[in-house]
Amino acid sequence: MNWLQRHWDARAAANFMLGGTGSGLMVSLTLASSDSAFPVLLSSILVAAGLTAVWLEIGRKLRAVHVFFNPFTSWMTRESFAALLLFPLGIGAIFVPSALPFAAAAAAAFLYCQARILRAAKGIPAWRAPQIVPLIVLTGLAEGAGLALVFAADPLLLSFFVLAVAARFVAWLRYRAAVPIPALEPAGKALLWIGTVAAIALVLVPPLAGLAALAAGWWLKLALVTRASFNQGFSLPHLPVRGTR
Amino acid sequence: MTRWAMVADLRRCVGCQTCTAACKQANATPPGVQWRRVVDLEVGEYPHVKRAFVPVGCMHCEDPPCMHVCPSTATRKRADGIVTVDYDLCIGCAYCAVACPYQARFKVDRQEFAFEAAMPNELRDERRIGVATKCTFCVDRIDAGLAQGLRPGVDPEATPACVNSCIAKALHFGDAQDPQSNISQLLAENQFFRMHEELGTGPGFYYLWDKAP
Repeated sequence: MNWLQRHWDARAAANFMLGGTGSGLMVSLTLASSDSAFPVLLSSILVAAGLTAVWLEIGRKLRAVHVFFNPFTSWMTRESFAALLLFPLGIGAIFVPSALPFAAAAAAAFLYCQARILRAAKGIPAWRAPQIVPLIVLTGLAEGAGLALVFAADPLLLSFFVLAVAARFVAWLRYRAAVPIPALEPAGKALLWIGTVAAIALVLVPPLAGLAALAAGWWLKLALVTRASFNQGFSLPHLPVRGTR
Repeated sequence: MTRWAMVADLRRCVGCQTCTAACKQANATPPGVQWRRVVDLEVGEYPHVKRAFVPVGCMHCEDPPCMHVCPSTATRKRADGIVTVDYDLCIGCAYCAVACPYQARFKVDRQEFAFEAAMPNELRDERRIGVATKCTFCVDRIDAGLAQGLRPGVDPEATPACVNSCIAKALHFGDAQDPQSNISQLLAENQFFRMHEELGTGPGFYYLWDKAP
């Protein structure tokens, strides 16, 4: 009696997609030599857009500030605090480039919190697996590095991109070995052929390579949140013994 | 220290869903929301198939994953083990619903009734719209009963509606910490399990399946 959760839909998935890419972009920009302000601004915009998408999903929108009430155990609260740090630091880095590493640290914390949000959802076997944490973090880094390639193609950034894409695929293999869910297979194939093989093969055309890695990552997260999120259902370790024996 | 818990005797449950109806009547839950329900499980492969009726709902866990993930602290656990939701704090993010391994949490985004207009037993409670809801072990009845010196699980006025309604005496309620309580006696006399014990949530809902050896 498995049950596909419907509480978190594409709006929640958008938070993982946009937030992961935005935070990954902020981290990747520390490796780029370009001092253009636009990618830094875009990073914050993406994270804000993701949070706005998930805000549209909550039942009591005017109480959104209550999300900050439980930093002791809730990764959702911690994600919100990381975002609270990320926005001023990200905006500050536009005017003071030396602040970028601090913004990147907040972005890395935000990305890690996103991974732990899924890991803490004990009701969903596809999310609670420990292998979800490196998968989500590396997917965010690969997406962010991919988007950064649209703006700058430094050798250091390019190397980081290739490394992140390869590491993401290894994380995916480890995750899939632990959580074999058929609903993820199409996204897994896209991750292999578009997000990894094509992305690395296209490395001489950095923007295309980056966008391929980005698209595959988004597809995977959308499938993970909306299609693979089955509750484990009920099970009976013992059947009732009725009548005489 | 009191630890309120529920016991379901799987040998006795006939799947009549009276507990489900009693819960809906007592708590005025909207259509599609069943804080107490009975799932009909078939186990095995033909021709060796067995069927069991399993009452489920919030397990009022010792270590509730729903409470840990809740960003607003709306979900809390009382000293007596009952897990509660503060409707005025909840933001309706449904993180608890995906964190609960027992499919016990519900969220409705608009007021709905079984028919077009609300029946007398249906509650117009705006506080329950857009927030997480779940079985409360009829906490109001327990608290009111205790205040009158009644014993939950023994005196019907202080006992959850589902337990009171059970036609087969399959459902029982009581203090798991009291060795003399009704449910402690049942647990001592029978073999039992808790659902998804491997997850470490420590459910406060026990299933009896056979006599003690």
